[in-house]
Order: sequence, then C-alpha cells, then structure tokens
Amino acid sequence: MALDKAAVAQIAALARIRLSETELEPLAAELSQILGWFEQLAEVDTENVPPMTSAAAIGLPMREDIVTDGECREAILGNAPRAAPGGPAKGFFAVPKVVE
Amino acid sequence: MSSLTSLNLGEARAGLRAKRFSARELTEAYIAAMAAARPLNAFITETPEQALAMAASADARIAAGGARPLDGIPIAVKDLFCTKDILTTAASHILDGFTPPYESTVTDKLWQAGAVLLGKTNLDEFAMGSSTTTSHYGATENPWRKSGDNRPLVPGGSSGGSAAAVAARAALAATGTDTGGSIRQPASFCGIVGLKPTYGRCSRWGVVAYASSLDHPGPMARTVRDAAILLGAMAGHDPKDSTSAPLPVPDYEAALSGDIRGLRIGIPREYRAPGMPGEIEALWQQGAEWLRDAGAEPVEISLPMTKYALSTYYIIAPAEASSNLARYDGVRFGLRVPGDSLADMYELTRAAGFGAEVKRRVLIGTYVLSAGYYDAYYLKAQKVRSLIARDFAAAFERVDCLLTPTAPSAAFAIGDHSDDPIAMYLNDVFTIPANLAGLPALSVPAGLSADGLPLGLQVIGRAFDEATVLRVGEAIERAADFPTWMPGTRPGMTE
Repeated sequence: MALDKAAVAQIAALARIRLSETELEPLAAELSQILGWFEQLAEVDTENVPPMTSAAAIGLPMREDIVTDGECREAILGNAPRAAPGGPAKGFFAVPKVVE
Repeated sequence: MSSLTSLNLGEARAGLRAKRFSARELTEAYIAAMAAARPLNAFITETPEQALAMAASADARIAAGGARPLDGIPIAVKDLFCTKDILTTAASHILDGFTPPYESTVTDKLWQAGAVLLGKTNLDEFAMGSSTTTSHYGATENPWRKSGDNRPLVPGGSSGGSAAAVAARAALAATGTDTGGSIRQPASFCGIVGLKPTYGRCSRWGVVAYASSLDHPGPMARTVRDAAILLGAMAGHDPKDSTSAPLPVPDYEAALSGDIRGLRIGIPREYRAPGMPGEIEALWQQGAEWLRDAGAEPVEISLPMTKYALSTYYIIAPAEASSNLARYDGVRFGLRVPGDSLADMYELTRAAGFGAEVKRRVLIGTYVLSAGYYDAYYLKAQKVRSLIARDFAAAFERVDCLLTPTAPSAAFAIGDHSDDPIAMYLNDVFTIPANLAGLPALSVPAGLSADGLPLGLQVIGRAFDEATVLRVGEAIERAADFPTWMPGTRPGMTE
C-alpha cells in the first residue's frame, strides 16, 4: 500500500498534527515502506481466529458505582497551560473561542 | 565512601541492616556518582534533596528496628512514571513542565517499601524507540565502549537512562517499562539484568501510556537476586488498573533456590534469525549448555508465528499509541502553541510537541485504525497476535521456560539506524513476542562480544511464573560469571 502526499495530509489532519509541505513527501515514502512491510501478514491464515484484544487473562473487574476520587480541581488545573484566572470561567480550562 | 556504590542491592541491604553504613551515607555516595555520571545524560531530573530526606526517614526506621524491605536503597525511576510534584516528561517536549498531582502505583509501592528516589531517567520519547536517542532531552550514552574505540554507543531503549545509570553505578537499581523490549534490550546492551514481568503483575496506573495492552513496568538491576527483590516490592494487585491481576505476590527472592534440575528449557528454532552474528548464536548455545550442566534439559521447540511478531507489533502498538496520545492537545497540561481556532491550536501544539518517531507512529496508528483499513491492518494484526500467543501456549505444554538471545546485536553507535525505521525496529525481534503474549521475560548478562560489549540471554516463562524465570536466570548468571567491573577499572569502559 503506497501512500501519496495527499493521503499523508489526510491522515495528519485526522491525527491533528500539522505537517509542512516539505514534510509530506519524505513521510509518504517512510510510511509506505512500513505499510509495505505489513503486507507479509496477508499470508497468515486467520480464518476463524478471534482477535486478541488484551494479554490479561482476567475479565474486566466490576466495582460499586461510587465516587472514589475527586475534590482536586486546583491540583488538576495547576498543570494547565491556561486556566481562567477569575470571573465566571474561574476553575475551568481556557481554550480558543469555539462558538461565535 | 565510593566503594559503597560497588555493592549490589542485596549486599547494600545487609550492610544497612547491620548498621555498617547509614542510608544517608549510601545515598550521598550515589548522589556523587550520579553527578559524576552526568556526561552520560542518563538522568533528566536529579532529586538529591528528596533523596536525602527519604534516606533520613529510612535511617530513622532502621534505628528503631523497623526496617522495611527496601529501606535506604537509592534507585532511579524511568521518567515515564508519574511522581507527585516532581517533573515528569516522558522525554517529550509536549509534556513541558508537567508535575503530576499524583504518584504512580509502582513508585508509591517502592517508597512505601523504603526506597530512595535519586532522580528520573532518560528514555526514548514516550518510550518509542530502541536507542534512547529520540529524547527531547538529548541522547543517553552507554557507559560501555568497544575495545580500542572511544565512540559513544547507545544504551538501547527505551529505558536507556535507567540501564546506563545502573551500569555506571549511578543508581543501585531502577524501574523501567517494556512495551516491545524496552527493559530487556537496554539491559542486554548495558550488561545488567532486566525483567519484564507478566502483563498485569505490576500496575500500569500512573505510568504514561504508550500501548496499553503491551506496556509492562518492571525492574532493572545488577543481579538476578536484586531484580527479584525489586519485583517483590513493585508487584501486586491494584484496583486502579483494570488489567492488574488479583493474584498474591510470591516471595521471589526465596524462590531463588539455585536448583533447576529437571526443568525443560525450550530452544525455539525460529529465533535463529538470518544475519544473526555468529557470536550471539554461540552464546545462545553456551547458555543452553550451562543450563544442561546445571541439570536442566534443553529441548528444541518451534514457534512458527515468530516471523510475524514484529509487523504485528508495529500495527498494534502505534494503533494504541495514536489513541493514548490523543490527550496531548495543549489544553490540560504541558506545551501549548497558540492558534486561531481550537483545531489550529491542537495541530500546532502536536506538531511542535511531538518528535519525528512519535509523529510517525501516531500517523501509522491513525491510518491502521481508519475506516476502510481497520480490518486489513488492525483486526488482522489482533488475529495474528492470537496465533502468536497460541504458539507459546503450545510450547509451554512441553517446556518450563524458553531460552533465546535478548537482542540480535550488541550496542551500536549513536546515530546508527536513525534514517531507517525498520532497521531500528529489528532490534526488538526477539523481545516483542513476549509482549504480544504478555509473558514474563528476563534478560541476563551472559557474555561479551568480540568487541568487548555486553550480550544478554533471554528467559521467557509461563504467565505469572516469574519465579521460574528468575531461578533459570540466576543459573545463567552464576555460570556466565559476567564481569562486574567498576566503570573505569577495565580497558574499554570509560568513566
């Protein structure tokens, strides 16, 4: 499976990574080489083989639906690049305006 | 008292309990050694003040007669484990300034056991790599050099800072994480012991996620016994990790009986990789002979799916990474690059914050999970993963553990393979299958290459049977009599 520049740009948009025009060509070559290498899996017969989704032999454990953590808003906001310093948005993460 | 750093963990523990030296003296010796080892760039963050405070607490407990299992033992922590109020970077620009408000379960257990934090060690960015060259904080150097050649070598990766620190006697032991070989391959390259436990044995909670179904925290140490002691403190059920195994933790140190008589050791013929250096093949045969001499029985077995493990891994791991790394968006922590819109900010932040290898894996992962390609790549890889796990299950009906080389080469020069992703990925050809199957696997230093560099052998065991893996590893360690020279005291190894 060979990827062209347009396909790489599309994948990058899905992954939310901005790529410059000059990065597209080398990445298309590198990713195509890696995807080409994956083709060897096609020769493995996986008819009726279930997918392995976890190495854990146990099922997902259940627990009571109760609050076990919380009341740590300031500690969490402490790492935010921008948190509203005051006003009605105090205590929230700040992001560029999304609604006009 | 620099000779204190020549003691292994078991010896240091005995010395502390006998009050031959204090935790403070031991810690001060390591703080000095850590500073002297700075040219290796093994640490991203040194925490000497924290270390001295922890040592003082350990000394108080030892004086009161209530010593804990690791009281006063100075260790390094891979900078992928969240440490409360201490910078945690994953060696990525995108986590600039992140100081977690919580502690990972594994490190919390180590502090509860009395261990002393020396600092946070360097790694490949987000643990994606086999050389510790993709770190935002620069490459780590291996303390070893080829005989007669002073060019810097990689320590392996991704836990290369931890491996280099332990090998250089700048930490008594360290934590690592292993997603495709990231504990074992650097252990092999640096001449130390590294154990990837069974999936679910050590909690992943608070460990920065790379590929959640493959990530395994584990110990890196100077001896098999040291690794057993450390694993005992790190392991155990954690309700905060839904994949953590609710099983009791055996006394791994007590399981080191030295007796491996009657054990059947599988030698998987598919691990004779084309192009593997003759000296690694010879060391592998030597390892089988050592185990035979100790009373075990080597048996040739087959793991027919082995050759598909690497490409299976490089679909599944990037797929999980692309999902796990979606959280780095400039909103809640780390780097933010301003943009005109929210999407603009996301894209610019991730473009500036992620390095080339991380971007490559996120893009591959995004692609193999995208509509139209999911079945052909991701689902197919998950099915092949089932077959790889079945291979191991069939083998373990006949044998008690497997013996293989850890890596297809000794340490290589910094910069090698950097322009060829697949050549770099091949470093993990022998280690990846145990991650896919979730099985415990140990690398033990077993010999030196013709160039004088360490080479490891790998022991793979049944799920949750770390005890047998460690016991067989100790038999190899004893037979190999691997040199435990101090850095600088032998030719070919620099300060």
